[in-house]
Amino acid sequence: MADSASQSRSRDLDKLLLRSGNLVGPTFEPGTELRDALNEFVRVLVIGAGGLGCELLKDLAFSGFRNLEVIDMDRIEVTNLNRQFLFRLGDVGKPKAEVAAKRVMERVSGVDIKPHFCRIEDKPISFYNDFHIIVLGLDSVEARSYINSVACSFLEYDSDDNPREESIKPMVDGGTEGFKGHARIIMPGVTPCFECTIWLFPPQVKFPLCTLAETPRTAAHCIEYAHLIKWDEAHSGKTFDPDDPEHMQWVYSEAVKRAELFGIPGVTYSLTQGVVKNIIPAIASTNAIISAACALETLKVVSGCSKTLTNYLTYNGVEGLHTKVTEFVRDKDCLVCGPGVLIELETSVTLKKFIDLLEDHPKLLLTRVSVTYRGKNLYMQAPPVLEEMTRSNLDLPLFELVSKTPRDIVHVTGAAGKGDTKQSCSRKLRVVFKGMDVDMAGGA
Amino acid sequence: MAEPKVKYDRQLRIWGEQGQAALEKASICLLNCGSTGSETLKNLVLGGVGSITVVDGSKVEVGDLGNNFMVDESSVGQSKAEFVCAFLQELNDAVKAKFIEEHPVELIETNPSFFSQFTLVIATQLVEDSMVKLDRICREANIILIFARSYGLMGLVRISVKEHTVIESKPDHFLDDLRLNDPWPELQRFVETIDLNTTDAVAHKHTPYIIILVKVAEEWANTHDGKLPSTREEKKHFKDLIKSKMIMRDEENYREAMEASYKVFSPQGIGPNLQKIINDSCTEVDSNSSDFWVMVAALKEFIANEGGGETPLEGSIPDMTSSTELYINLQKTYQAKAEADFRDMEERVKNLLKKISRDPASISKANIKSFCKNARKIAVCRYRLVEDEFNSPAQPELQKYLIDEDHGTLQEANSLKVLPENTAAGLYILLRAADRFAANYNKFPGQFDGEMDEDISRLKTTVVGLLNDLGCNGSTLSEDLIKEMCRYGASELHAVAAFVGGVASQEVIKLITRQFIPMSGTFIFNGIDHKSQLLLL
Repeated sequence: MADSASQSRSRDLDKLLLRSGNLVGPTFEPGTELRDALNEFVRVLVIGAGGLGCELLKDLAFSGFRNLEVIDMDRIEVTNLNRQFLFRLGDVGKPKAEVAAKRVMERVSGVDIKPHFCRIEDKPISFYNDFHIIVLGLDSVEARSYINSVACSFLEYDSDDNPREESIKPMVDGGTEGFKGHARIIMPGVTPCFECTIWLFPPQVKFPLCTLAETPRTAAHCIEYAHLIKWDEAHSGKTFDPDDPEHMQWVYSEAVKRAELFGIPGVTYSLTQGVVKNIIPAIASTNAIISAACALETLKVVSGCSKTLTNYLTYNGVEGLHTKVTEFVRDKDCLVCGPGVLIELETSVTLKKFIDLLEDHPKLLLTRVSVTYRGKNLYMQAPPVLEEMTRSNLDLPLFELVSKTPRDIVHVTGAAGKGDTKQSCSRKLRVVFKGMDVDMAGGA
Repeated sequence: MAEPKVKYDRQLRIWGEQGQAALEKASICLLNCGSTGSETLKNLVLGGVGSITVVDGSKVEVGDLGNNFMVDESSVGQSKAEFVCAFLQELNDAVKAKFIEEHPVELIETNPSFFSQFTLVIATQLVEDSMVKLDRICREANIILIFARSYGLMGLVRISVKEHTVIESKPDHFLDDLRLNDPWPELQRFVETIDLNTTDAVAHKHTPYIIILVKVAEEWANTHDGKLPSTREEKKHFKDLIKSKMIMRDEENYREAMEASYKVFSPQGIGPNLQKIINDSCTEVDSNSSDFWVMVAALKEFIANEGGGETPLEGSIPDMTSSTELYINLQKTYQAKAEADFRDMEERVKNLLKKISRDPASISKANIKSFCKNARKIAVCRYRLVEDEFNSPAQPELQKYLIDEDHGTLQEANSLKVLPENTAAGLYILLRAADRFAANYNKFPGQFDGEMDEDISRLKTTVVGLLNDLGCNGSTLSEDLIKEMCRYGASELHAVAAFVGGVASQEVIKLITRQFIPMSGTFIFNGIDHKSQLLLL
């Protein structure tokens, strides 16, 4: 029964990409052109080369994508080896992105994976616009939020406030914890963005300081006392480093002393690490499940070869096996994926004044603001060389800097929020100059 | 810390050293190492299972390079089992890995005793006929069996074992065992030493909610003929009563007490799941009974006698606003009662063991203790023989899955009822129809290009015949879904294989560690829109 198809590397994928079907996406055009387009033109960015990232790179490489890039700031640790299957003991200490990319390229020929060993914030915003789709394999809310704000900043709306199709940067996001996980598709402007449903990720509960200081009851209270209070008392000025085993050992022994003092059981070294580093338990199987769902959705979003997930999948294997698809809805007033915050300005307002204004704007509360207009840097906080180059713009009227365009989109990046909760973000602003546009109300 | 302990740190936080030890003792056999099988095993090798045996008689083809990470160009034309096994060994040298170059289907036919040496068998990409035969073999030998299958955008995972019992089911949410509405004498005495009307503001705001709730529940009962609140109105009044005891607005402990008031109202005694277990005929223990059932028999006696309708006390309390001293003393009160209950249980277990002529010390204290702590959460999972499911699926369930009212109404086509699309159930029928098709035509529907139209019409006929045999006379599935199945042409897509393999390996871990609850029924992965489903047939 051997035929030519079985001699092809894309034997299995071809069934899906070359054959027509009725349960497919509206744009699906089966054929070798589609397969070749996936192979040659589609560029996919994977964020994170950890538990999900390793699986994602493999799954995407086998789903017809050959132009992949991966970004991760971490180095390989021994505790990764129970699930991050691209890494070996001898790789410990090396950058995850580089080793992961190399291993997948070694085994799947024809695939090109470009690694980026850096923080996601280190890349210019334009870097992210270079990809057709972004797949997120992250374990932090802050990083998801940042990438989401970047992808949403590319979104443009037409005069009727409908998103422009070609400006939509799709994202596929996965996350796991123990036996549970989620996968979702974010089509900015169409389906809810990460920020629209931020309530799905409730903030981590912290112990009140008075409990730690006065009425400890659990082992975790003793550990946090040693970590948050005792450390600073004993080491004036020295910052606690959770990755320094001596520091961890110190916190552990202080926690043990405190627990003994109060008769509280249960302080162990392992628990100390868990509490201090907020370790989320992680296993290979759940990461495999969630990554596979993300890779499959990436293939479907790009090729249209089947329906897609609308729009949020949860998986729970704790008691039996439960999967659930939920269709969340957009927050109409979302600051991140909406048409942008409207800012009305006098034509005389300087760039400096504009930046100050954003700090006080009740919806934005942005500090350390950098400003770009149509890809051009108007003012950059960093690196120093760019700061110096753009500094002279600060005293010029913004109206001049945008070539006297009466109304347009200006992108800003900076830190949002107050006090401890500040985080990097990107925001889109609809700047309108007063008195310059007769049809001003129309775009508001 | 030793290196393996560090390596497994993130999973030890889930299943502990006991779970890890069980994994390291397990001997696992994989049948067929295509991408579904390879991915399943990969997740288990990373986690550190004891030994693996890869059984596959096929040679690596070029097509395999497009979906299996464990083979590469150098392996084309050579034993797939050998190359997959070598790659898996590279992932974790603590695992004993070996391979057997033989076709699983032949092994099932010619050497059924082969399977008895394993803890668990993972059978991937087997067709119905081989599944049924292997299932009988493993059931006979009491070997845990799990099937995994990827087919186009769909997949199937099914556990088969006569009985799997779980003590540490570790549910996410479970009512704390606090006995607030029925305090035992020591707790009652402890509560009586505290005065809620104290004028000491610091003491007042550091009284743990357990004490507040026991006192308020007692007060309520005294004014309501000994009854607890049951209606919504009464529950609200109960909360108001708690609120009335506050002397300042910022008393976190009273706020916690109001939030936790449902712990007073929830029904006393044992829940329906546990009731079913203690009513099971296996509690009539004899010398062949497992340790689990001996302990359940002891539990049944305990509940009927000294337990007064309750299980042994769990013995732990959640964190709550409190002074350290009161909290620790409260904790000790709960632990002491749990310890006393454990000793009663231990006595009953010993007597039962004597009665069935077994060594009274053959069940360790640690095991009895763990059983007592988890008594309310124990679980028993039983699985039908695959053959029984295939030949006589539970009729009401099958009808319910296939004729899902949410998905539209029945339509007529060529005098056949077209079953509305509950896609997962439809895919289940289609996978079975595909196997029947393969048995008849020696190929899967749509396996080869250029024969699609003929295959679609043949598959349609097969579906109608199969549904007839399953008791759904005169029914068929939608044209779209039948065509979709032909489009898949028995392809094994990597992402689907990784999903299905991930599910299978997660279930294997639950089965081997005897922690958490494995899935029941037959899991159908629906890769079209992810509306997957567990079919209880």
